[in-house]
Amino acid sequence: MKSPQYTREIPQRYRLEAEKCRQCGKVHFPPRLICDACQSQEFEQVILSRAGRILTWTVIHVPPTNFDLEAPYIIAIVELEEGVRLTCQVVDCDPEELAVDAPVEMVFRRIQEDSQADIIQYGYKAVLSRP
Amino acid sequence: MRDVYVIGIGMTHFGELWDTSFRDLFVEAALEAFGDANMDRLDSMYIGCMSGGLFVGQEHVGALLADYLGRVPIPTTRVETACASGGAAVRQAYLEVASGMSEVVLAGGVEKMTDSADVTAALATAADQEYEVYQGVTFPGLYALMARAHMHTYHTTREQLALVAVKNHHHGAMNSKTQFPFEITVEQVLASSMVADPLRLLDCSPVSDGAAAVILASEEVAKQAKGHPLVRVVASTQATGAMALHTRTDLTRLDTVEHSAQVAYQQAGITPDQVDVTEVHDCFTIAEICVMEALGYAEPGRAAALVEAGETRLGGSMPINTSGGLKSKGHPVGASGVAQVVELTIQLRREGGTRQVEGARIGLAQNMGGTGASSTVHILEGQA
Repeated sequence: MKSPQYTREIPQRYRLEAEKCRQCGKVHFPPRLICDACQSQEFEQVILSRAGRILTWTVIHVPPTNFDLEAPYIIAIVELEEGVRLTCQVVDCDPEELAVDAPVEMVFRRIQEDSQADIIQYGYKAVLSRP
Repeated sequence: MRDVYVIGIGMTHFGELWDTSFRDLFVEAALEAFGDANMDRLDSMYIGCMSGGLFVGQEHVGALLADYLGRVPIPTTRVETACASGGAAVRQAYLEVASGMSEVVLAGGVEKMTDSADVTAALATAADQEYEVYQGVTFPGLYALMARAHMHTYHTTREQLALVAVKNHHHGAMNSKTQFPFEITVEQVLASSMVADPLRLLDCSPVSDGAAAVILASEEVAKQAKGHPLVRVVASTQATGAMALHTRTDLTRLDTVEHSAQVAYQQAGITPDQVDVTEVHDCFTIAEICVMEALGYAEPGRAAALVEAGETRLGGSMPINTSGGLKSKGHPVGASGVAQVVELTIQLRREGGTRQVEGARIGLAQNMGGTGASSTVHILEGQA
Protein backbone atom coordinates (compact mmCIF):
# COMPACT_ATOMS: atom_id res chain seq x y z
CA MET A 1 0.00 0.00 0.00
CA LYS A 2 1.31 3.45 -0.90
CA SER A 3 1.89 5.86 1.96
CA PRO A 4 -0.66 8.59 0.99
CA GLN A 5 -3.39 5.96 0.77
CA TYR A 6 -2.39 4.61 4.15
CA THR A 7 -1.93 7.97 5.85
CA ARG A 8 -5.35 9.31 4.83
CA GLU A 9 -7.17 6.64 6.85
CA ILE A 10 -5.05 6.87 10.01
CA PRO A 11 -7.62 8.89 12.02
CA GLN A 12 -10.17 6.14 11.48
CA ARG A 13 -7.86 3.16 11.80
CA TYR A 14 -5.92 4.33 14.85
CA ARG A 15 -8.47 6.38 16.73
CA LEU A 16 -11.91 5.36 15.41
CA GLU A 17 -12.67 8.97 14.46
CA ALA A 18 -16.23 9.25 13.14
CA GLU A 19 -18.63 12.07 12.40
CA LYS A 20 -22.13 12.70 13.65
CA CYS A 21 -24.68 14.41 11.43
CA ARG A 22 -25.79 17.68 13.04
CA GLN A 23 -29.21 17.39 11.42
CA CYS A 24 -30.35 13.79 11.95
CA GLY A 25 -27.77 12.49 14.43
CA LYS A 26 -26.59 9.53 12.34
CA VAL A 27 -22.99 8.58 13.11
CA HIS A 28 -20.83 7.87 10.06
CA PHE A 29 -17.74 5.71 10.09
CA PRO A 30 -15.77 6.48 8.05
CA PRO A 31 -16.87 10.12 7.76
CA ARG A 32 -18.74 11.16 4.60
CA LEU A 33 -19.14 14.54 2.95
CA ILE A 34 -22.91 14.16 2.77
CA CYS A 35 -25.23 12.26 5.11
CA ASP A 36 -26.86 9.32 3.32
CA ALA A 37 -29.85 9.52 5.66
CA CYS A 38 -30.79 13.24 5.41
CA GLN A 39 -28.38 14.79 2.85
CA SER A 40 -27.03 17.26 5.42
CA GLN A 41 -23.41 18.34 5.02
CA GLU A 42 -22.92 19.53 8.60
CA PHE A 43 -21.12 17.16 10.96
CA GLU A 44 -19.37 17.14 14.30
CA GLN A 45 -16.45 14.86 15.06
CA VAL A 46 -16.95 12.03 17.51
CA ILE A 47 -14.58 9.33 18.76
CA LEU A 48 -16.29 5.96 18.81
CA SER A 49 -16.46 4.00 22.01
CA ARG A 50 -14.49 0.78 21.83
CA ALA A 51 -17.29 -1.43 23.09
CA GLY A 52 -19.55 -3.45 20.82
CA ARG A 53 -21.01 -6.86 20.03
CA ILE A 54 -20.60 -9.47 17.31
CA LEU A 55 -23.37 -9.65 14.72
CA THR A 56 -21.91 -12.43 12.58
CA TRP A 57 -18.50 -14.01 11.98
CA THR A 58 -16.50 -16.34 9.78
CA VAL A 59 -13.13 -18.05 9.87
CA ILE A 60 -11.07 -17.33 6.76
CA HIS A 61 -9.20 -20.45 5.67
CA VAL A 62 -8.30 -19.27 2.15
CA PRO A 63 -6.84 -15.78 2.55
CA PRO A 64 -5.67 -13.15 0.09
CA THR A 65 -1.93 -13.42 -0.60
CA ASN A 66 -0.98 -10.64 1.83
CA PHE A 67 -2.68 -12.50 4.70
CA ASP A 68 -1.18 -15.91 3.80
CA LEU A 69 0.73 -16.25 7.06
CA GLU A 70 -2.26 -15.31 9.21
CA ALA A 71 -4.79 -17.95 8.13
CA PRO A 72 -6.95 -19.26 9.60
CA TYR A 73 -8.25 -16.07 11.20
CA ILE A 74 -11.62 -14.79 12.37
CA ILE A 75 -13.46 -11.95 10.66
CA ALA A 76 -16.61 -10.49 12.19
CA ILE A 77 -19.09 -7.71 11.69
CA VAL A 78 -19.19 -5.76 14.94
CA GLU A 79 -21.77 -3.20 16.02
CA LEU A 80 -20.40 -0.52 18.35
CA GLU A 81 -22.48 1.21 21.00
CA GLU A 82 -23.13 4.20 18.73
CA GLY A 83 -24.79 1.90 16.19
CA VAL A 84 -21.80 2.04 13.83
CA ARG A 85 -20.90 -1.29 12.24
CA LEU A 86 -17.53 -2.37 10.98
CA THR A 87 -15.74 -5.41 9.60
CA CYS A 88 -12.65 -6.52 11.51
CA GLN A 89 -10.66 -9.47 12.79
CA VAL A 90 -11.43 -10.98 16.17
CA VAL A 91 -8.22 -12.09 17.89
CA ASP A 92 -6.90 -13.77 21.03
CA CYS A 93 -9.68 -16.37 21.10
CA ASP A 94 -10.81 -19.64 19.53
CA PRO A 95 -13.73 -19.70 17.07
CA GLU A 96 -15.57 -21.94 19.58
CA GLU A 97 -15.78 -18.99 21.96
CA LEU A 98 -17.66 -16.81 19.47
CA ALA A 99 -21.39 -16.22 19.52
CA VAL A 100 -23.85 -13.78 18.01
CA ASP A 101 -24.22 -10.85 20.44
CA ALA A 102 -20.96 -11.69 22.25
CA PRO A 103 -19.53 -8.44 23.71
CA VAL A 104 -16.20 -7.26 22.29
CA GLU A 105 -13.75 -4.41 22.72
CA MET A 106 -11.84 -2.77 19.89
CA VAL A 107 -8.06 -2.82 20.27
CA PHE A 108 -5.16 -1.33 18.32
CA ARG A 109 -3.17 -3.96 16.43
CA ARG A 110 -0.92 -4.60 13.47
CA ILE A 111 -3.09 -5.54 10.45
CA GLN A 112 -0.64 -6.40 7.67
CA GLU A 113 2.88 -5.84 6.42
CA ASP A 114 3.48 -4.88 2.85
CA SER A 115 6.93 -6.11 1.91
CA GLN A 116 7.07 -3.98 -1.24
CA ALA A 117 6.43 -0.62 0.43
CA ASP A 118 7.78 -1.58 3.86
CA ILE A 119 4.79 0.02 5.54
CA ILE A 120 3.63 -1.84 8.61
CA GLN A 121 -0.09 -1.26 8.60
CA TYR A 122 -2.03 -0.86 11.82
CA GLY A 123 -5.68 -0.58 12.71
CA TYR A 124 -8.45 -1.97 14.86
CA LYS A 125 -9.28 -5.54 15.75
CA ALA A 126 -11.78 -6.88 18.25
CA VAL A 127 -11.17 -9.01 21.34
CA LEU A 128 -13.86 -10.74 23.36
CA SER A 129 -14.80 -8.85 26.54
CA ARG A 130 -14.11 -11.26 29.35
CA PRO A 131 -15.80 -10.91 32.74
CA MET B 1 -39.36 3.42 -25.49
CA ARG B 2 -39.94 0.65 -28.01
CA ASP B 3 -39.89 -3.15 -27.80
CA VAL B 4 -36.53 -4.95 -27.79
CA TYR B 5 -35.91 -8.56 -28.83
CA VAL B 6 -33.08 -11.06 -28.36
CA ILE B 7 -32.21 -12.22 -31.87
CA GLY B 8 -28.87 -13.94 -31.34
CA ILE B 9 -27.04 -15.75 -28.54
CA GLY B 10 -23.60 -17.24 -28.19
CA MET B 11 -21.20 -18.39 -25.53
CA THR B 12 -17.92 -20.21 -25.21
CA HIS B 13 -17.43 -23.26 -23.09
CA PHE B 14 -16.72 -22.01 -19.55
CA GLY B 15 -13.68 -23.38 -17.73
CA GLU B 16 -9.91 -23.31 -17.60
CA LEU B 17 -9.29 -22.36 -21.21
CA TRP B 18 -5.52 -21.95 -21.21
CA ASP B 19 -5.21 -22.13 -24.99
CA THR B 20 -7.68 -19.32 -25.68
CA SER B 21 -6.84 -15.65 -25.23
CA PHE B 22 -9.03 -12.99 -23.62
CA ARG B 23 -9.83 -11.44 -27.01
CA ASP B 24 -10.52 -14.73 -28.76
CA LEU B 25 -12.93 -15.80 -26.02
CA PHE B 26 -15.09 -12.78 -26.76
CA VAL B 27 -14.82 -13.09 -30.54
CA GLU B 28 -15.81 -16.77 -30.37
CA ALA B 29 -18.96 -15.95 -28.38
CA ALA B 30 -19.85 -12.98 -30.59
CA LEU B 31 -19.43 -14.97 -33.82
CA GLU B 32 -21.67 -17.68 -32.45
CA ALA B 33 -24.29 -15.02 -31.65
CA PHE B 34 -24.15 -13.65 -35.21
CA GLY B 35 -24.48 -17.17 -36.60
CA ASP B 36 -27.44 -17.77 -34.32
CA ALA B 37 -29.11 -14.50 -35.38
CA ASN B 38 -28.45 -15.39 -38.99
CA MET B 39 -27.68 -11.76 -39.76
CA ASP B 40 -24.67 -9.51 -39.78
CA ARG B 41 -25.85 -6.02 -38.95
CA LEU B 42 -24.37 -4.35 -35.84
CA ASP B 43 -24.63 -0.73 -34.72
CA SER B 44 -22.89 -0.72 -31.36
CA MET B 45 -21.51 -2.91 -28.53
CA TYR B 46 -21.32 -2.95 -24.74
CA ILE B 47 -18.87 -5.28 -23.02
CA GLY B 48 -19.23 -6.42 -19.43
CA CYS B 49 -15.80 -7.06 -17.96
CA MET B 50 -15.07 -6.76 -14.27
CA SER B 51 -11.32 -6.51 -14.29
CA GLY B 52 -9.38 -6.96 -17.50
CA GLY B 53 -6.73 -4.91 -15.73
CA LEU B 54 -6.17 -7.20 -12.77
CA PHE B 55 -6.84 -10.55 -14.47
CA VAL B 56 -4.89 -10.08 -17.71
CA GLY B 57 -3.41 -6.58 -17.47
CA GLN B 58 -5.70 -5.27 -20.20
CA GLU B 59 -7.88 -2.17 -20.04
CA HIS B 60 -9.56 -0.39 -22.94
CA VAL B 61 -11.15 -3.70 -23.78
CA GLY B 62 -13.99 -2.21 -25.86
CA ALA B 63 -11.62 -1.09 -28.58
CA LEU B 64 -9.58 -4.30 -28.45
CA LEU B 65 -12.63 -6.49 -28.85
CA ALA B 66 -14.29 -4.41 -31.59
CA ASP B 67 -10.98 -4.49 -33.46
CA TYR B 68 -10.58 -8.28 -33.20
CA LEU B 69 -14.23 -8.84 -34.07
CA GLY B 70 -13.55 -6.86 -37.26
CA ARG B 71 -16.21 -4.32 -36.39
CA VAL B 72 -14.40 -0.99 -36.27
CA PRO B 73 -15.56 1.82 -36.30
CA ILE B 74 -18.77 1.02 -34.38
CA PRO B 75 -18.90 2.52 -30.87
CA THR B 76 -17.90 -0.04 -28.22
CA THR B 77 -17.87 0.63 -24.51
CA ARG B 78 -16.89 -1.56 -21.59
CA VAL B 79 -19.19 -1.34 -18.57
CA GLU B 80 -18.30 -2.43 -15.05
CA THR B 81 -20.40 -3.16 -11.99
CA ALA B 82 -18.16 -5.93 -10.59
CA CYS B 83 -19.80 -9.35 -11.08
CA ALA B 84 -22.93 -7.62 -12.42
CA SER B 85 -20.98 -6.18 -15.36
CA GLY B 86 -22.63 -8.60 -17.78
CA GLY B 87 -26.12 -7.66 -16.63
CA ALA B 88 -25.21 -3.99 -16.90
CA ALA B 89 -23.95 -4.53 -20.47
CA VAL B 90 -27.26 -6.16 -21.42
CA ARG B 91 -29.09 -3.24 -19.87
CA GLN B 92 -27.05 -0.65 -21.79
CA ALA B 93 -27.66 -2.51 -25.05
CA TYR B 94 -31.37 -2.73 -24.21
CA LEU B 95 -31.56 1.00 -23.51
CA GLU B 96 -29.82 1.89 -26.77
CA VAL B 97 -32.26 -0.16 -28.85
CA ALA B 98 -35.32 0.82 -26.79
CA SER B 99 -34.46 4.50 -27.15
CA GLY B 100 -34.45 4.25 -30.93
CA MET B 101 -30.81 5.27 -31.15
CA SER B 102 -29.75 1.94 -32.67
CA GLU B 103 -31.40 -1.05 -34.37
CA VAL B 104 -28.96 -3.84 -33.46
CA VAL B 105 -26.68 -3.81 -30.41
CA LEU B 106 -24.49 -6.58 -29.01
CA ALA B 107 -24.09 -7.07 -25.28
CA GLY B 108 -21.03 -9.15 -24.50
CA GLY B 109 -19.34 -10.31 -21.34
CA VAL B 110 -15.87 -11.73 -20.97
CA GLU B 111 -13.39 -12.59 -18.25
CA LYS B 112 -10.13 -14.51 -18.28
CA MET B 113 -9.34 -15.45 -14.70
CA THR B 114 -6.92 -18.38 -14.93
CA ASP B 115 -3.85 -16.55 -16.29
CA SER B 116 -2.18 -16.78 -12.84
CA ALA B 117 -3.57 -13.51 -11.48
CA ASP B 118 -4.13 -13.20 -7.72
CA VAL B 119 -7.82 -14.00 -8.17
CA THR B 120 -8.85 -13.70 -4.52
CA ALA B 121 -7.33 -10.22 -4.33
CA ALA B 122 -8.76 -9.18 -7.71
CA LEU B 123 -12.28 -10.28 -6.79
CA ALA B 124 -11.96 -8.55 -3.43
CA THR B 125 -11.78 -5.21 -5.24
CA ALA B 126 -15.57 -5.53 -5.58
CA ALA B 127 -15.77 -4.86 -1.82
CA ASP B 128 -14.72 -1.72 0.08
CA GLN B 129 -10.90 -1.74 -0.15
CA GLU B 130 -10.31 0.53 2.85
CA TYR B 131 -12.91 -0.79 5.30
CA GLU B 132 -13.50 -4.43 4.38
CA VAL B 133 -10.61 -5.82 2.35
CA TYR B 134 -7.96 -4.01 4.44
CA GLN B 135 -8.99 -6.14 7.41
CA GLY B 136 -8.38 -9.40 5.52
CA VAL B 137 -11.85 -10.34 4.38
CA THR B 138 -12.38 -12.25 1.12
CA PHE B 139 -15.47 -12.67 -1.03
CA PRO B 140 -16.23 -16.14 0.28
CA GLY B 141 -15.71 -14.55 3.70
CA LEU B 142 -18.30 -11.84 3.08
CA TYR B 143 -20.89 -14.37 1.91
CA ALA B 144 -19.97 -16.56 4.88
CA LEU B 145 -20.86 -13.62 7.14
CA MET B 146 -24.25 -13.50 5.40
CA ALA B 147 -24.64 -17.27 5.67
CA ARG B 148 -23.95 -17.26 9.42
CA ALA B 149 -26.46 -14.43 9.91
CA HIS B 150 -29.08 -16.30 7.86
CA MET B 151 -28.48 -19.53 9.76
CA HIS B 152 -28.71 -17.69 13.07
CA THR B 153 -31.88 -15.74 12.22
CA TYR B 154 -33.82 -18.38 10.28
CA HIS B 155 -32.18 -21.67 11.35
CA THR B 156 -31.15 -22.33 7.75
CA THR B 157 -29.07 -25.50 7.85
CA ARG B 158 -25.69 -26.44 6.43
CA GLU B 159 -27.35 -29.26 4.47
CA GLN B 160 -29.87 -26.87 2.91
CA LEU B 161 -27.03 -24.72 1.60
CA ALA B 162 -25.37 -27.81 0.15
CA LEU B 163 -28.57 -28.74 -1.66
CA VAL B 164 -28.31 -25.55 -3.75
CA ALA B 165 -24.95 -26.70 -5.13
CA VAL B 166 -26.21 -30.26 -5.62
CA LYS B 167 -29.22 -28.98 -7.59
CA ASN B 168 -27.14 -26.66 -9.77
CA HIS B 169 -24.67 -29.43 -10.59
CA HIS B 170 -27.64 -31.66 -11.48
CA HIS B 171 -28.73 -29.05 -14.02
CA GLY B 172 -25.19 -28.30 -15.19
CA ALA B 173 -24.62 -31.97 -16.01
CA MET B 174 -27.18 -31.47 -18.81
CA ASN B 175 -25.36 -28.46 -20.30
CA SER B 176 -22.46 -29.16 -22.67
CA LYS B 177 -20.82 -25.78 -21.98
CA THR B 178 -20.42 -26.03 -18.21
CA GLN B 179 -17.08 -26.08 -16.41
CA PHE B 180 -18.20 -28.91 -14.10
CA PRO B 181 -20.77 -31.01 -15.99
CA PHE B 182 -21.28 -33.64 -13.31
CA GLU B 183 -23.47 -34.44 -10.32
CA ILE B 184 -22.30 -33.94 -6.75
CA THR B 185 -23.79 -35.08 -3.43
CA VAL B 186 -24.55 -33.31 -0.17
CA GLU B 187 -21.88 -35.50 1.47
CA GLN B 188 -19.27 -34.28 -1.02
CA VAL B 189 -20.18 -30.64 -0.35
CA LEU B 190 -19.94 -31.16 3.40
CA ALA B 191 -16.61 -32.98 3.06
CA SER B 192 -15.01 -30.40 0.75
CA SER B 193 -12.31 -28.15 2.15
CA MET B 194 -13.27 -25.17 4.30
CA VAL B 195 -12.92 -21.81 2.53
CA ALA B 196 -14.62 -19.42 4.94
CA ASP B 197 -16.60 -21.07 7.71
CA PRO B 198 -19.42 -22.13 7.16
CA LEU B 199 -18.80 -22.07 3.38
CA ARG B 200 -16.81 -24.91 1.84
CA LEU B 201 -15.21 -25.28 -1.57
CA LEU B 202 -18.32 -26.80 -3.15
CA ASP B 203 -20.45 -23.88 -1.91
CA CYS B 204 -18.37 -21.56 -4.10
CA SER B 205 -18.59 -20.83 -7.81
CA PRO B 206 -15.29 -21.55 -9.54
CA VAL B 207 -12.61 -19.39 -11.14
CA SER B 208 -13.31 -19.49 -14.86
CA ASP B 209 -12.49 -18.24 -18.32
CA GLY B 210 -15.34 -17.59 -20.70
CA ALA B 211 -17.42 -15.20 -22.74
CA ALA B 212 -21.03 -14.80 -23.73
CA ALA B 213 -22.86 -12.53 -26.17
CA VAL B 214 -26.45 -11.61 -26.95
CA ILE B 215 -27.65 -9.52 -29.87
CA LEU B 216 -30.59 -7.25 -29.14
CA ALA B 217 -32.67 -5.66 -31.88
CA SER B 218 -35.77 -3.63 -32.61
CA GLU B 219 -39.00 -5.37 -33.58
CA GLU B 220 -38.55 -4.46 -37.23
CA VAL B 221 -35.14 -6.13 -37.41
CA ALA B 222 -36.18 -9.05 -35.18
CA LYS B 223 -38.95 -9.99 -37.58
CA GLN B 224 -36.45 -10.20 -40.44
CA ALA B 225 -34.18 -12.54 -38.46
CA LYS B 226 -35.27 -16.06 -39.25
CA GLY B 227 -34.88 -19.42 -37.61
CA HIS B 228 -35.87 -18.95 -33.97
CA PRO B 229 -39.06 -18.07 -32.07
CA LEU B 230 -38.98 -14.45 -30.93
CA VAL B 231 -37.94 -13.58 -27.38
CA ARG B 232 -38.78 -10.10 -26.10
CA VAL B 233 -37.10 -8.24 -23.23
CA VAL B 234 -40.03 -7.08 -21.11
CA ALA B 235 -38.06 -5.59 -18.21
CA SER B 236 -34.54 -4.31 -17.63
CA THR B 237 -33.67 -2.84 -14.25
CA GLN B 238 -30.72 -2.03 -12.07
CA ALA B 239 -30.41 -0.97 -8.43
CA THR B 240 -27.52 0.22 -6.30
CA GLY B 241 -27.03 -0.20 -2.57
CA ALA B 242 -24.55 0.35 0.24
CA MET B 243 -21.05 -0.80 -0.74
CA ALA B 244 -19.94 -2.39 2.53
CA LEU B 245 -21.87 -5.40 3.77
CA HIS B 246 -21.56 -4.24 7.39
CA THR B 247 -23.58 -1.07 6.73
CA ARG B 248 -26.71 -3.02 5.69
CA THR B 249 -29.54 -2.88 8.20
CA ASP B 250 -30.33 -6.58 7.74
CA LEU B 251 -27.37 -8.79 6.88
CA THR B 252 -29.65 -11.55 5.58
CA ARG B 253 -31.39 -9.39 2.98
CA LEU B 254 -30.38 -8.16 -0.45
CA ASP B 255 -32.18 -4.83 -0.73
CA THR B 256 -30.87 -4.01 -4.21
CA VAL B 257 -32.08 -7.33 -5.58
CA GLU B 258 -35.47 -6.70 -4.00
CA HIS B 259 -35.62 -3.20 -5.48
CA SER B 260 -34.49 -4.18 -8.97
CA ALA B 261 -36.98 -7.06 -8.95
CA GLN B 262 -39.92 -4.96 -7.82
CA VAL B 263 -39.34 -2.41 -10.56
CA ALA B 264 -38.88 -5.22 -13.09
CA TYR B 265 -42.20 -6.85 -12.14
CA GLN B 266 -43.88 -3.46 -12.64
CA GLN B 267 -42.23 -2.97 -16.03
CA ALA B 268 -43.24 -6.43 -17.18
CA GLY B 269 -46.68 -6.25 -15.60
CA ILE B 270 -46.25 -9.61 -13.88
CA THR B 271 -46.03 -11.09 -10.39
CA PRO B 272 -43.19 -13.40 -9.25
CA ASP B 273 -45.38 -16.50 -9.46
CA GLN B 274 -45.76 -15.99 -13.22
CA VAL B 275 -42.05 -16.59 -13.86
CA ASP B 276 -41.47 -20.04 -15.39
CA VAL B 277 -37.66 -20.20 -15.37
CA THR B 278 -35.08 -18.23 -13.43
CA GLU B 279 -31.33 -17.69 -13.55
CA VAL B 280 -29.88 -16.22 -10.35
CA HIS B 281 -26.43 -15.14 -9.23
CA ASP B 282 -25.39 -18.16 -7.14
CA CYS B 283 -21.79 -17.08 -6.62
CA PHE B 284 -22.12 -18.93 -3.29
CA THR B 285 -24.90 -21.28 -2.19
CA ILE B 286 -26.19 -18.78 0.39
CA ALA B 287 -26.53 -16.17 -2.38
CA GLU B 288 -29.17 -18.24 -4.20
CA ILE B 289 -31.18 -18.54 -0.97
CA CYS B 290 -31.03 -14.80 -0.24
CA VAL B 291 -31.81 -13.91 -3.87
CA MET B 292 -34.89 -16.16 -3.89
CA GLU B 293 -36.20 -14.27 -0.88
CA ALA B 294 -35.35 -10.88 -2.42
CA LEU B 295 -37.11 -11.83 -5.66
CA GLY B 296 -40.26 -12.58 -3.68
CA TYR B 297 -40.13 -16.31 -4.50
CA ALA B 298 -40.24 -17.03 -0.78
CA GLU B 299 -40.85 -15.14 2.45
CA PRO B 300 -37.66 -14.22 4.34
CA GLY B 301 -36.26 -17.38 5.86
CA ARG B 302 -38.42 -19.71 3.75
CA ALA B 303 -36.32 -20.18 0.60
CA ALA B 304 -34.17 -22.98 1.95
CA ALA B 305 -37.24 -25.13 2.61
CA LEU B 306 -38.28 -24.71 -1.03
CA VAL B 307 -34.83 -25.83 -2.17
CA GLU B 308 -35.06 -28.83 0.13
CA ALA B 309 -38.50 -29.71 -1.24
CA GLY B 310 -37.12 -29.77 -4.78
CA GLU B 311 -39.23 -26.83 -5.97
CA THR B 312 -36.21 -25.14 -7.58
CA ARG B 313 -35.13 -28.26 -9.44
CA LEU B 314 -36.03 -28.95 -13.05
CA GLY B 315 -39.55 -30.36 -12.79
CA GLY B 316 -40.28 -28.34 -9.64
CA SER B 317 -42.66 -25.40 -9.42
CA MET B 318 -39.91 -22.75 -9.81
CA PRO B 319 -36.85 -24.14 -11.61
CA ILE B 320 -33.77 -22.03 -10.87
CA ASN B 321 -30.43 -22.08 -12.70
CA THR B 322 -31.26 -24.68 -15.34
CA SER B 323 -27.93 -23.77 -16.98
CA GLY B 324 -26.08 -25.11 -13.94
CA GLY B 325 -25.79 -21.63 -12.45
CA LEU B 326 -22.51 -19.99 -11.63
CA LYS B 327 -21.66 -23.00 -9.46
CA SER B 328 -21.59 -25.69 -12.12
CA LYS B 329 -21.44 -23.69 -15.35
CA GLY B 330 -18.55 -21.52 -14.15
CA HIS B 331 -18.29 -17.84 -13.25
CA PRO B 332 -16.12 -15.78 -15.59
CA VAL B 333 -17.41 -12.76 -13.73
CA GLY B 334 -18.04 -10.26 -16.54
CA ALA B 335 -19.66 -12.95 -18.70
CA SER B 336 -22.05 -14.42 -16.14
CA GLY B 337 -24.86 -11.85 -16.48
CA VAL B 338 -24.87 -12.24 -20.25
CA ALA B 339 -24.75 -16.04 -20.05
CA GLN B 340 -27.91 -15.92 -17.91
CA VAL B 341 -29.75 -14.20 -20.77
CA VAL B 342 -28.34 -16.82 -23.15
CA GLU B 343 -29.87 -19.59 -21.00
CA LEU B 344 -33.24 -17.86 -20.69
CA THR B 345 -33.37 -17.37 -24.46
CA ILE B 346 -32.65 -21.07 -25.00
CA GLN B 347 -35.43 -21.93 -22.55
CA LEU B 348 -37.97 -19.49 -24.01
CA ARG B 349 -37.24 -20.70 -27.54
CA ARG B 350 -37.88 -24.21 -26.14
CA GLU B 351 -34.45 -25.32 -27.34
CA GLY B 352 -33.28 -26.60 -23.94
CA GLY B 353 -33.23 -30.32 -24.79
CA THR B 354 -33.03 -32.49 -21.67
CA ARG B 355 -32.97 -29.44 -19.38
CA GLN B 356 -35.96 -27.71 -21.05
CA VAL B 357 -38.55 -26.31 -18.64
CA GLU B 358 -41.81 -27.50 -20.08
CA GLY B 359 -44.00 -24.70 -21.39
CA ALA B 360 -41.55 -21.95 -20.36
CA ARG B 361 -42.89 -18.57 -21.43
CA ILE B 362 -41.48 -16.04 -18.94
CA GLY B 363 -37.91 -16.03 -17.69
CA LEU B 364 -36.07 -13.87 -15.15
CA ALA B 365 -32.33 -13.27 -14.85
CA GLN B 366 -30.79 -11.72 -11.73
CA ASN B 367 -27.12 -10.71 -11.69
CA MET B 368 -25.29 -8.95 -8.86
CA GLY B 369 -21.97 -7.36 -8.05
CA GLY B 370 -20.06 -7.41 -4.80
CA THR B 371 -22.20 -8.46 -1.87
CA GLY B 372 -25.19 -7.12 -3.78
CA ALA B 373 -24.31 -3.42 -3.98
CA SER B 374 -25.21 -3.65 -7.67
CA SER B 375 -28.07 -5.78 -8.99
CA THR B 376 -29.63 -6.10 -12.41
CA VAL B 377 -32.84 -7.93 -13.33
CA HIS B 378 -34.04 -8.82 -16.82
CA ILE B 379 -37.36 -10.41 -17.62
CA LEU B 380 -37.82 -12.09 -20.99
CA GLU B 381 -40.96 -13.32 -22.67
CA GLY B 382 -40.97 -16.06 -25.27
CA GLN B 383 -43.38 -16.42 -28.13
CA ALA B 384 -42.74 -20.08 -28.86
